[in-house]
Amino acid sequence: MEKYQLLFAVLFQLAQLVLVVVFAPLLTGWVNQCQAWLQNRSGAGVLQPYRVLRKLFSKDAVIAHNASPLFRVTPYIVFGCMWLAAAIIPIIAVDLPFSMAADVIALVGVFAVARVFISLAAMDIGTAFGSMGARREMLVSFLAEPALLMVFFTASMISHSTQLPVIVDTLAHHQFVLYPSLAFAALAFLMVLLAENARIPVDNPSTHLELTMIHEAMILEYSARHLALIEWASSLKLFAYITIGIALFLPHGIAEVGNWAGLPLAIVALLLKLVLAGAALAVFEIVSAKLRIFRAPEFLATAFLLAVLGLLIHFLLGA
Amino acid sequence: MDSVSVSPLEVVGWLVQLWIVLGVAGLVLQRAPRLINNVIFPLSALTSLLLAVSGMWALGADPGVMVLPLGLPDLPFHLRLDPLSGFFLILLGGASLGISLFGAGYFKTMAGGTLGLLCLEYHLFLAGMTLVLLADDAYMFMVAWETMALSSYFLVTTDHNIPDIRKAGFLYLLIAHVGAISILLCFGVMQGGNGIAAYTFDAMRHAQLTEFWSSAAFLLALFGFGAKAGVLPMHMWLPEAHPAAPSPVSALMSGVMLKTAIYGILRVTFDLLGTQLWWWGVLALGLGLLTAVFGVMFAAVQGDMKRLLAYSSIENIGLLLVGIGLTIIFHVYGKHALAALALTATLYHSLNHAMFKSLLFVGTGAILHATGERNMGRLGGLIRRMPWAAMLMLVGVLAIAGLPPLNGFVSEWLLLQAFLLSPGLPNSYINMLVPVAAAVIALAAALAAYVMVKFYGVIFLGQPREKVLEHAHDTGTWERIGMGWLALACVVLGLAPVFVVHQLDLVSLSLIGSSLGNAAGNWVFLTPVDTERASYSPLYFLLAVLAVMLLTSILVRHLYHGRVRRSAPWDCGYPAQNARMQDTAEGFGQPIRRIFEPFFKIEREVPSPFDTHPRYHGQSDDRLWYILYLPIKYLTEKLASLASLLQHGRIHLYLTYTFVTLIVLLVFV
Repeated sequence: MEKYQLLFAVLFQLAQLVLVVVFAPLLTGWVNQCQAWLQNRSGAGVLQPYRVLRKLFSKDAVIAHNASPLFRVTPYIVFGCMWLAAAIIPIIAVDLPFSMAADVIALVGVFAVARVFISLAAMDIGTAFGSMGARREMLVSFLAEPALLMVFFTASMISHSTQLPVIVDTLAHHQFVLYPSLAFAALAFLMVLLAENARIPVDNPSTHLELTMIHEAMILEYSARHLALIEWASSLKLFAYITIGIALFLPHGIAEVGNWAGLPLAIVALLLKLVLAGAALAVFEIVSAKLRIFRAPEFLATAFLLAVLGLLIHFLLGA
Repeated sequence: MDSVSVSPLEVVGWLVQLWIVLGVAGLVLQRAPRLINNVIFPLSALTSLLLAVSGMWALGADPGVMVLPLGLPDLPFHLRLDPLSGFFLILLGGASLGISLFGAGYFKTMAGGTLGLLCLEYHLFLAGMTLVLLADDAYMFMVAWETMALSSYFLVTTDHNIPDIRKAGFLYLLIAHVGAISILLCFGVMQGGNGIAAYTFDAMRHAQLTEFWSSAAFLLALFGFGAKAGVLPMHMWLPEAHPAAPSPVSALMSGVMLKTAIYGILRVTFDLLGTQLWWWGVLALGLGLLTAVFGVMFAAVQGDMKRLLAYSSIENIGLLLVGIGLTIIFHVYGKHALAALALTATLYHSLNHAMFKSLLFVGTGAILHATGERNMGRLGGLIRRMPWAAMLMLVGVLAIAGLPPLNGFVSEWLLLQAFLLSPGLPNSYINMLVPVAAAVIALAAALAAYVMVKFYGVIFLGQPREKVLEHAHDTGTWERIGMGWLALACVVLGLAPVFVVHQLDLVSLSLIGSSLGNAAGNWVFLTPVDTERASYSPLYFLLAVLAVMLLTSILVRHLYHGRVRRSAPWDCGYPAQNARMQDTAEGFGQPIRRIFEPFFKIEREVPSPFDTHPRYHGQSDDRLWYILYLPIKYLTEKLASLASLLQHGRIHLYLTYTFVTLIVLLVFV
């Protein structure tokens, strides 16, 4: 029985690996479609990201004369990191053997690897926009990353573990109370999610205006399959962040270890949560305005302070 | 040779002698610079390797003791090699192996006379550092400490005909000696007034000190060793001396010499002083946090690549001090497993920092040789001219930025785990301090990534900012081997954390009497407490990332064509872009300067919009220099001029002083 347990867990891990990569663009499409509805447009449909990917993959890649190998491997590294990150977050069941190899601190590290590589690639060609984008990306992240880490720390303190399956298991099956520390952490996490995924109010994913772009400025030089991989990685990143949010703050309904019968319910619960989270993100983006770039650090410093406050509250109240 | 009759300490003793002989040989052979480069430096590297191996050997062996027939009449030189010394010998040997190999190629362009002298000083420096780690009495320790300080001073001032370098060297010498005096006083306190024989470390271990006097000893040690390590506010010499020294010397100083100060703090706190107090830990923790954030903040605004690395060293020393502070706190409150975890993180990070900082410093040497430029604002695009250096430096940059699966991440991970496990300390104030400290560490680590993207991006990526860079040449063979070794060490230390932690267990077991033991994990999973709590496996991690990347690239290749066209970069409709429009080091650091503006003393000259030849000048200085150092300097000058009132140069006045003193003494005594 033990043996089968492990086998199932490995199979389940592989299944999640495939599922996230296939369905991540759908979530992006859903968020965009919700935004279109809110703006009274008919929208391009939830499948639009797939069409964009297909178009990009069939084009010829155009690369600047002086691009170094670093520039060409970066899309693969970024895609690989994001794929892995999305695959180790318990979303349906907590049996994920690979999450043994990378806990929440390593998860933050995976995001950092992708970010550092894409920033370096942005500086590689040597255009003014690339280095500007890289600088701004690092500016946003140097406050967002510790805030994310502090959010994870709060959850880890509650569950006495830094392993995602254990954290989710503890939070999902604890008595149904609202942790005050987690409330602060949730607010901080929401702000980090917006900043790290290049959403309004920190960045705007649909802008190409010189003065405002961050993420788009970094990837200006990419085209065709490289761009496709980066876009796909962005979808995966959004998916990963939203599922982290679900796993930490709304884990109820997830199937516990070995409970294969609970899977259908868990899948339905997850779909419902994702649909709601995507719609909520769209609403949030529609009602907020983009910040000036130098207000962004204040926004993120607030997130950081809230996260630290959450951790302090955990120490004070023990909850 | 019968291996049973030889102890690691004897082998290390021979290796030290070998280094001195090599140094002297270098001086003798100064007319044959090629011989020095191609024979003496590689031999020195071999000695380093043997030293590291003996250090490894000493980890598992019983402490070896030796008394030399040298030294003071009642205080002969005592040597001792225990696991703590052994660990730092591994660090010294491992880092200097790469640096010496690099040096074999790097010093090629140096004139014979200077090279011979440098070779002597270089090897005396290495020997001095080894003896610091071996010394088992205060006198031996101070002699070795001063040998290390003086030889490194002469190494810093290798280019002594440049006034700025002489100035930097003087500052270094001054702070080194203020620190040395403090260390001497610390030993004086610890021997407890029991005569000259009590100056051996063994006597100090058994001395009964009151809380007051052991606190005094700890504070003196923290100040004295802190001055050497670059702890705030004694950090001022680092950003001056490191850029002044030749790059392999900077690498040795930053990678290894700073760690001897960490060794000193550990030795005094946990070995020589029998008991510790909790507030020592809080003090070290607070000072470490300040140093870390301060260092990384200043690193972000530097334009000189070696100054940037020097500030980054200050940051890392801060992290090490945080680890030491945590160890003290846990140790005092009897949380032995946690103390072992914090100590392991500290030692691990020392080793990691020795490797990646040495790699980056020698790398800046390669760039300096290829381009003659230290200012990052005049570099750029070197990845295309120096692919080898760029590739090896990338490893160092990713490691120091704390990215998995390299070594910087492992020690950061261990340190954060130590923080996460801290609740439950009986002192609620410290419990409150811990989350704040963890947040500051996380902030410093994230800023370090910012700094390293800037460092690598501005130097190696983009377009060359100057014409001369078109002719930059890549590194030579020796340089590549040296850098390759250090990069390899970064990778291996990152991928095999369980093995390293098991070795470090021997050190913590001997130093604080506890270790992580079997909790450290099986062969691939690092689990410092238990598997439910936390685990990390860099090997699986790397394999998974590589597998996913490989799968992606195969799928992309097979499903879609791999056609690539080259063209000019997209200019956004403005074709007159040139290399000067890229972010310079100054530009990249601008957001940090703006956010942390109150901490810098900023001087800026902005040209008027109508200037036809606009020149921009900006400088961010350290306020501490103006608040702390200059007042002390003025005070010293004032006191000196007051004292000079007594001096007239006339002999009869001096005779009168002597006479009056004699009378006063006769009357009162």
